[in-house]
Amino acid sequence: MSTKLIPSSQPQLSDLDKPLYSPIKRRSFFMYAGATAGATALVLAGCSKSDSTPGTVNVGSGDPGVLNYAYALEQLEAGFYTSLRMGTYYTGLQPGSAEKQILDDLYYHEVIHRDFLKTAITAAMATPIKALTPDFSKINFNDRTSVLGTAKAFEDLGVAAYNGAGQYISSPTYLYIAGKIVSVEARHAAIIRDLVSENTFVGNDIITLTSGSNSSVATNNSDANSSLERSMSPSEVVAIANTFLAEGSKLDVSGIK
Amino acid sequence: MNFFQIISEIEKVDPEVYDRLDSRRSVFKNMTGLGQKLAAAAVPLAVGAIFNKAYAQTPVGATVNDVLNFALKLEYLESYFYNSRTTVTGLSAQNSAALALIATDEANHVSFLRKVLGSNAIPVPATTGVFDYTAKGTFPTALTNAGVYLALAQSFEDTGVRAYKGAAPLVMSNKTVLTAALNIHSVEARHASHIRAMRRAGVNSAAPSQGIAVAPYSGPAGAPKSWISGTDGGGAVPGTTDAIYGAGNNTNALSGITYESEATTSQGGVNLVTNTTVSGFPASAFSEAFDEGLDVGTVAKIANLFSVSGNYFG
Repeated sequence: MSTKLIPSSQPQLSDLDKPLYSPIKRRSFFMYAGATAGATALVLAGCSKSDSTPGTVNVGSGDPGVLNYAYALEQLEAGFYTSLRMGTYYTGLQPGSAEKQILDDLYYHEVIHRDFLKTAITAAMATPIKALTPDFSKINFNDRTSVLGTAKAFEDLGVAAYNGAGQYISSPTYLYIAGKIVSVEARHAAIIRDLVSENTFVGNDIITLTSGSNSSVATNNSDANSSLERSMSPSEVVAIANTFLAEGSKLDVSGIK
Repeated sequence: MNFFQIISEIEKVDPEVYDRLDSRRSVFKNMTGLGQKLAAAAVPLAVGAIFNKAYAQTPVGATVNDVLNFALKLEYLESYFYNSRTTVTGLSAQNSAALALIATDEANHVSFLRKVLGSNAIPVPATTGVFDYTAKGTFPTALTNAGVYLALAQSFEDTGVRAYKGAAPLVMSNKTVLTAALNIHSVEARHASHIRAMRRAGVNSAAPSQGIAVAPYSGPAGAPKSWISGTDGGGAVPGTTDAIYGAGNNTNALSGITYESEATTSQGGVNLVTNTTVSGFPASAFSEAFDEGLDVGTVAKIANLFSVSGNYFG
C-alpha cells in the first residue's frame, strides 16, 4: 500500500489564504441537495446531526472530520501569524533577533500545515471546510504581550487539540501524520512560553504536575504527578477557538466522536 | 491497495490479527485468490470497518505492553540522566532550574508507565551498571561538562519524540494508551524545544529564549533552532548522533507508515514545497514543519550506544 494521499498530478490550489466572505446561500444549498437522491444521501452522510447550529461550519465526521478540525485550527494559527506581520511589534523587531527568527519560522510552519491539510482532505475524497474568517479584534498586534500571549494560547491549544483528537482517527497513516504536526506545535508552544516567561516550557497549566486532568477527553483522566499533556476534547477546543472566529465561521465539531 | 498485504503487515506486529478479524482464520487465509480480485475496488471501505471492529475490542495485549515497556526503558535512560545533573558544572541558575523541571517530568513518566503496565512492567534497572552516558568513552565528560551534557540531553529528547511518534500507530488499539502516549510525546517535544533553546543561548545564559540560531546547528557548541531543520547538520555530535535525524527502517512498518529522514519535504505524497500557496519561504521551513517518527529497531540501536551491555534496548 502506498503512503501517497494524492497522485503526483494533483493540481495546485491557490485560493487558500483568501477568506470566503460569502456563505453558501440557503436556497442554492437545497437546490444542490435536492438534485438527485444520490446527492441528498451524500449530503446527509456528511452531516453528523440534522440539527447543526445554523451559521456554523460543521467539520464533519470520521477521519475527514478530524482532518477538517485540524485544518480549521491551522487556518486560525496561519491567519494569526500572517496578521501579526503587519503589526508594529513584529515590524519593529531587529533583523536576526531571536524573536524575529522564531515568529518567521512559526508563520512558515503554520501556513505549510494549513495548505497541506487542505490538500490531504481533498485527497481523502472529502471536502475541505471553507476558508474561515477570523476575528482577531481582541488582539493588539502592536503590543508584544498581546501578540505573544495569543501565540501561547494558540500553540498550547493546538497541542491539546491534536492530542485529544488522536483517539478519533481510525487510519494509522493519518494518526502518524497528526503526530508529525503535533510535536512541531509542542516545540512552538515551548519556545513561545519561554519568550513570555523563561522556563515556562512546561507548567501545571498544560501538563499534569500538581493536579490531575479533568478534561472531558474520554480517555484522559491522568493523575497529578504524571507530567502528561492536558489534552482537550474537540468541544473544549472549539469553545476557545470560536472566540477567535467571526460569525458564520464558528466551528461545529459535534460529528467527531 | 492490497488488502492481504495490509493484513500480512499487521500480522508482523500482531500475530493474532487473523483471529481478531475472524475466528475462522482459515477462511481469511484461503480466500486470497478471490480477495485479491476484489481488493482494488470494493474492499477499501470495508477494511476500515473490519479493523475498527477488530481493534476496538482489543484489550491491552502483548504488543501494546511491549511498546510501553520499550518506552519505559527510554524514560529510565532519560530519568537517570537528569538525576545525574547535579555533577554538571557551568550551567546558569536558570538552566539548572530547567533541568530540574525536566527531571521531574521524566521521573513522573517512569512512574506513570509503571502504573499503566502494572505487573507487566520491566524490572527497575539499577542506577549504575545499566546506562553508560559516556557511550563507552565517546563522551568522557558527559555528566560534568555542561555543553556535552546538553548535547546529550537534546539527543535523548529528540530520540524520544521520534520514538513515541513512531510507536503511536502501534498502540491505536487501546485509546487510553494512545492518548497517554500522545500526551507524553508532546511533553518530550516541549523538552526538546527548551533544551535546544538552552544550547542556542549558551550553557550559562540567564535568558535561554533569546539565543540566536546559527546554521548548521550541529556540534556540542551548536546553536540549533527549537525544531529540527533538515537533518540538523548531524545533530549535537555529528558522527555519533546522525542516526537521530536520519531515516528509519521500514521493514516491519505498518502499511502506510514510512520512517523518513527529518529532512523530508514530502508528506503523504504531498510535495510541501509546491503545495504551499505562499511563495518565498526558505527551503528549510518545509522539513521543519513536520517531525518524523522512527521504528523501534532504529531507536533501540541509537539508545544502545548508552547501554553498558550494548543491548538493554533490544
